Amino acid sequence: MLASQLSWLPQNPDWRGEFNSLVAEDGASSDALSRLASFQIDFLCTERLDTLAQRKLRKISPANLPGPPIRLAILGSSTVSHLVPAIRVGLLRRRLWAQVHVNPFGQYLQELLDPNSDLHKFKPTVILFAFDARHVIGQPAVGMGGAAADSLIEEKASHYAELWERARQAFSCHVIQQTLLPVFPELLGNNEHRLPGSPQRMVGRFNQRMRELADERRVDVLAMDNRVQRDGIGPWHDPVLWHKGKIEIAPAMAPLYGDLVARIVAAQCGRSHKCLVLDLDNTLWGGVVGDDGIEGLVLGQGSAAGEAFVEFQRYVQQLSARGVILAVCSKNEEKAALEPFSRHPEMVLKRPAFAAFLANWTDKATNLRLIAERLNIGLDSLVFADDSPFERNLVRRELPMVAVPELPEDAAEYARCLADAGYFEGIGLTAEDLSRADQYCANAERETLRASVADLSSYLKSLEMEIVAGPFDRLGQARITQLINKTNQFNLTTRRYSEQEVAAAMECADVITLQIRLIDKFGDNGMIAVVIGKPSSGDLLIDTWLMSCRVLGRQVEQATLNLMVQEARRQGYRALIGEYRPTEKNIIVRDLYQKLGFSHQRSDEAGNSLWRLSIDQFVPFDALISVEGVPA
Amino acid sequence: MTDSEILDGITDIVRDALEDDTIVLSPESTANDFAGWDSFKHITIVVATELRFGVKFRTAEIESMRKVGDFISLIQAKVKGA
Repeated sequence: MLASQLSWLPQNPDWRGEFNSLVAEDGASSDALSRLASFQIDFLCTERLDTLAQRKLRKISPANLPGPPIRLAILGSSTVSHLVPAIRVGLLRRRLWAQVHVNPFGQYLQELLDPNSDLHKFKPTVILFAFDARHVIGQPAVGMGGAAADSLIEEKASHYAELWERARQAFSCHVIQQTLLPVFPELLGNNEHRLPGSPQRMVGRFNQRMRELADERRVDVLAMDNRVQRDGIGPWHDPVLWHKGKIEIAPAMAPLYGDLVARIVAAQCGRSHKCLVLDLDNTLWGGVVGDDGIEGLVLGQGSAAGEAFVEFQRYVQQLSARGVILAVCSKNEEKAALEPFSRHPEMVLKRPAFAAFLANWTDKATNLRLIAERLNIGLDSLVFADDSPFERNLVRRELPMVAVPELPEDAAEYARCLADAGYFEGIGLTAEDLSRADQYCANAERETLRASVADLSSYLKSLEMEIVAGPFDRLGQARITQLINKTNQFNLTTRRYSEQEVAAAMECADVITLQIRLIDKFGDNGMIAVVIGKPSSGDLLIDTWLMSCRVLGRQVEQATLNLMVQEARRQGYRALIGEYRPTEKNIIVRDLYQKLGFSHQRSDEAGNSLWRLSIDQFVPFDALISVEGVPA
Repeated sequence: MTDSEILDGITDIVRDALEDDTIVLSPESTANDFAGWDSFKHITIVVATELRFGVKFRTAEIESMRKVGDFISLIQAKVKGA
């Protein structure tokens, strides 16, 4: 097998054997395919795995395919088809499956603008614009002045940004813009920036301008220029292959490229990992605290290894500050495990940084299950970092949906390894992201309180919950869109809307919208629920109702229904019509309308059901939540 | 490295690239002998061969590689020259 770039994935000497036995099998298990995608494999094996996966997954009905339906179109100016298998395998690694469409060579503009094109028939949910540098930059007059160069860049950048708008208007899809690869050799040298017409400088300026426009227009960037900064242009771009087949991205790099694309697409589906679970001994510090004692730990100034652990802790702390939840899973006596956090002067991470802290002698798979349960997130949201190959393999075997990086032997390289793996790929930050770690820590405290208060309603009362509700507004728009597209479990209809569609709902006088924020004595949970109601022959049809799972079991749904009825009554509706559309994920709300007192109207064979609540007969729930701010 | 070791290596690569584990190559084999060995697969096979044997083919050499035997003699020349 050829060298691979996916250094955070484990190697599997028997990969061929497993592959061949899967080929021979009749069945089609997406789990087995995902497993094969989770090892270091080269581009040839990647293509073979993709062919096999396509063959097997074709037999599975679309509803049972892993993840939400993704239709990805790549619009490129040069050869990109050699990258498609690796993108699908990158998604498979994340338990997602996509159909992929590529434009006929060079015809991205025709495909986009012609309503009868294959692209329009394909109806993409995501479009990746992947232009090669020669196509975009062309052959500028090297001697041009700074002002001329700037206006040329502006003209090109706004031309390509216009394509985003076209794509959005046609498909309401997510848009990803790949930055240009720095393929041009320098003309001046170190001070290249002084030559405005230098193609190399123009690539840099174009990329910079595209980032600004992408931020304004909420387009996500695939930062190939940053990636090349890390690896050098050599492995990524081979001029021989460019001339031979207009191949800009070297085929051998396809597995890494595919993973980079897949992590953005996964992030757009809300499938990035959320929580970093850390071992302690030889992961956060050097040595074994139970054996060596706190004085014997390798941590902090005085040794290179000790400094490396401090720097890793700092990286973990920064991850937490940008919204990654932290947890500990360690084989230790709890008392011994906690001691460094309270007494070791060099510890960067303190106990309150962790939303869950499990130090005991139970096996780690069981503990990880417990962590997921306690934090109310899926096991597939967890990343488990442990220096011990034994523990890593045990977790991979027991819980294949947990991401387990192959940590390097030297702690100095831990942070790089986590970063390379791209587990926590983030697109756009909301205020909620920046305070999420705090929210989960407060949640864990709430759980502790719940354990100590036997009676649920007195527990809920003790939380001193308060709801702040209002119609959609510009301030909330980004978070509303995020919730609409990420929420899978408490989601009655799972209708996804783009930010433009959310804005449109906001403007429409007919449509009732609600955004709901929950505050309690432990802190602000942020915006946690969204409702969209549309008129339907005298009744109000609940088109969308969803809620973040971290506030489940707190009677927010009852309080939300109170608000809906209040608003519907004010606008003269006779009844609320609730709709349930089943998915793989939303079984927890199957009986919601029944529990809330709606009467069943009808169901179809797909399991979709309609429910009715007459407004005259509605008695508001006593939801133990005070409400502030009524819909305007 | 013997010619037959190189032939085995190239056979592995061609089997993967054309996704057919029954393929048997000889030095006389050419792309035309196999359905699916088109100009694009040719690039795949060339790139994988470069990585496998740690060599780099020139643009003109890629054009001239018609028989598997051409691959073998070019690789031998490059490995010895290195």
